[in-house]
Amino acid sequence: MLYRENGQFKTTYAADQQIFTITQDKWFVIAVIAFAFIGVPMIADEYMFRAILIPFLILALAALGVNLLVGYCGQITLGAGAFMAVGAYAAYNFQIRIDGMPLIAAVLLGGLTSAGIGIIFGIPSLRVRGLYLAVATLAAQFFCDWAFLRIQWFTNNSSSGSVSISNLQVFGWTIDAPVEKYLFCLVFIVLFALLAKNLTRATMGRQWMAIRDMDVAAEVIGIRPMYAKLSAFAVSSFFVGVAGALWGFVHLGSWEPAAFSVDRSFQLLFMVIIGGMGSIFGSFIGAAFIVILPIFLNQFLPALGSIVGVTISTAAVSHAELIIFGSLIVFFLIVEPHGLARLWAIAKEKLRLWPFPH
Amino acid sequence: MSRKIGDVILDLQNISLRFGGVKALTDISFDIREHEVRAIIGPNGAGKSSMLNVINGVYHPQDGKIMFRGVERKKMEPHLAAKQGISRTFQNIALFKGMSVLDNIMTGRTLKIKSNLLLQALWIGPARNEEIAHRRKVEEIIDFLEIQHIRKTPVGRLPYGLQKRVDLGRALAMEPQILLLDEPMAGMNVEEKQDMCRFILDVNDHFGTTIVLIEHDMGVVMDISDRVVVLDYGKKIGDGLPDEVRASPEVIKAYLGAGH
Repeated sequence: MLYRENGQFKTTYAADQQIFTITQDKWFVIAVIAFAFIGVPMIADEYMFRAILIPFLILALAALGVNLLVGYCGQITLGAGAFMAVGAYAAYNFQIRIDGMPLIAAVLLGGLTSAGIGIIFGIPSLRVRGLYLAVATLAAQFFCDWAFLRIQWFTNNSSSGSVSISNLQVFGWTIDAPVEKYLFCLVFIVLFALLAKNLTRATMGRQWMAIRDMDVAAEVIGIRPMYAKLSAFAVSSFFVGVAGALWGFVHLGSWEPAAFSVDRSFQLLFMVIIGGMGSIFGSFIGAAFIVILPIFLNQFLPALGSIVGVTISTAAVSHAELIIFGSLIVFFLIVEPHGLARLWAIAKEKLRLWPFPH
Repeated sequence: MSRKIGDVILDLQNISLRFGGVKALTDISFDIREHEVRAIIGPNGAGKSSMLNVINGVYHPQDGKIMFRGVERKKMEPHLAAKQGISRTFQNIALFKGMSVLDNIMTGRTLKIKSNLLLQALWIGPARNEEIAHRRKVEEIIDFLEIQHIRKTPVGRLPYGLQKRVDLGRALAMEPQILLLDEPMAGMNVEEKQDMCRFILDVNDHFGTTIVLIEHDMGVVMDISDRVVVLDYGKKIGDGLPDEVRASPEVIKAYLGAGH
C-alpha cells in the first residue's frame, strides 16, 4: 500500500529521466545513504569495520566496475584482480615517488593507469568473445602477477616484495581509525555509484548494452564496436583500479602481489553474476553476499551446533562454510539466473500492485 | 501525392559477391531514386538479404561499384554507412532485448549525440540537455508508431508485431535518407500488415525517406512500391514498374516453375 507511484506524474522529460522515477525509491536510497553515513558509525564496532564493512565497500566498488564491463557491455573478464593490482601499485608509486602527492590524486591516478592497461588488455575483445575472451583476460591476470612479483621497480625495490603505505591524509585529516577509513571509502563508493548510474543511463551505457545484446545491429545503427568495447574496458578498469588502490591503501595498509591473485578475479565475477548482471544495485548485493555470508556462516554454524548439542570443530566449520556457500550460489542461480537484483526488482513490481494480483 | 521521385541516390553497378565458391550475387546492377519505394523480391535464397547487406556495408562485394549521390563508395564499415544516412531493419528482429523500447529507439540517435564520456558520467550541462533533446525526438517517433503505452517495457517481453514496429522505430530514429526494410511484414497477420504498410507509406510521404523493401507478400509489394527489382539465384531477372514485372515471363518462371 505504501509503495505506489499513483499520482506521481512526470510533466517534463528531465523529470522522467531522473535516476529514481518513483518517489519512494528516492527516499529509500537517501535513507540508506544517510544511515550509512550517520547510523553505522554509531553502532558498528572496530571488528565490524575492519572485517566486514570496509572490505564490503571496496569490493562493491570493484564489483561495480566489473559489472559495467561484464553486465552492461557483455565482455567477460577474468582479469579484474590484475586491474586492482595495477591500481594499487600505480597509486603506491605515485604516492612514494612524487613528493606531496595528495592521497585522493594518487588513488585516482592509480585508477587512470589501470584504465590504460585495461584498454590494452581489452584489445582482444575486438576479435574474440565469450570464453575465449575470458581466457585472453586471464593473461592480464598472470602477466600482472608476474610483473609485480618480479619487476623490483614496481615495489620500490623492497626486499620482501611487500609494500606498505602509512599516514593517510586528506586535506589535513588523518585517516587512521577504522571509522574514518570506512567513511573515506563510503564517500568514494557513493560518488562512483552515481557516476556509473549516469553513464549507464546516457548514450555510453546504451552503446554498451547494444553491443552486449546484438552487436551486428549495433554496428548497423552507427555504434563503433571498437569505441564501445574499449571504453567499457577503460571505465571498468578505472573503477576496479580505484578499488584496488583503496584496498591496498585503506584496507590492507601493506600488501604483496598475492593480495590480488586470480582468486580475487573469480570472486569479483561471482559477485556480479550472483548480484545481477547489468545492475548497479546488483553489484552491492553481490558483494554483500560474497563478503558477509561466509563470515555469517562462520559465526552461525558453531552456534547452531551448540544448540543441537554437537561441537563442531573449526576445520569442519570451514568445510561446511564452503559447502553451504557453494550450494547457495547454485540455488540462487537456479531460482533466478539474472541474480539477486532481479529478485528484488520482481518483489518491487509485485509490491506496487499488492494486494491485487495484476 | 505530394512526393516527387528525385534523382538516383544509390547506384549499384555490376555487383558480385562470393562466399568462397558460393556465388551469392552475380553481376547485379540497379539504381535507387530519391523518395521512391523500391522493392526487391525473389524466391528464398535469391540473394535479397545479401543485397541489403552489401548496401549497408556488412558485406563487401568482390566486384562492382556503389555510387552514393554520384560519389563512388569505397570499402566501408556498417557504422560509416549509418553515418551516410543508411539505416535498416532486420528480417529476424535484431533488437536489444535487455533494453526498454525507449532505450532501443534512443540507440538510433547515437550518431547525433556529441557529449563526451566525462560529461555523461557527471550528467551535467550539454550531456543532460542532449539527452532531453533526443528524448523529445524519440517521443515523436513513438507517437508516430503508436507505441506510447509500451515505451518503458523491455522489448524481450513484447509480442512479435510490436517488436517489428520498435525495430522500425530504431531505424527511423537515425533520420535516415535511405531506409532498408528486410521483410518488415513477415509473420504478421492482415491487420498488422496493414498497419505496417501505413507506417511505411507515411514515412515515405512525410519525411521523404527513400525506402528499399524486401517482401514476400506480392499483394503488398505490388501495392506500395514504385519500382521492383527481381532476383533469382543471385542474378537479376527483372526490373521495372510493378505491373511490368508481374507480366514478365522470366519472373513468372522463377516463381511458378517452368511448367506453367
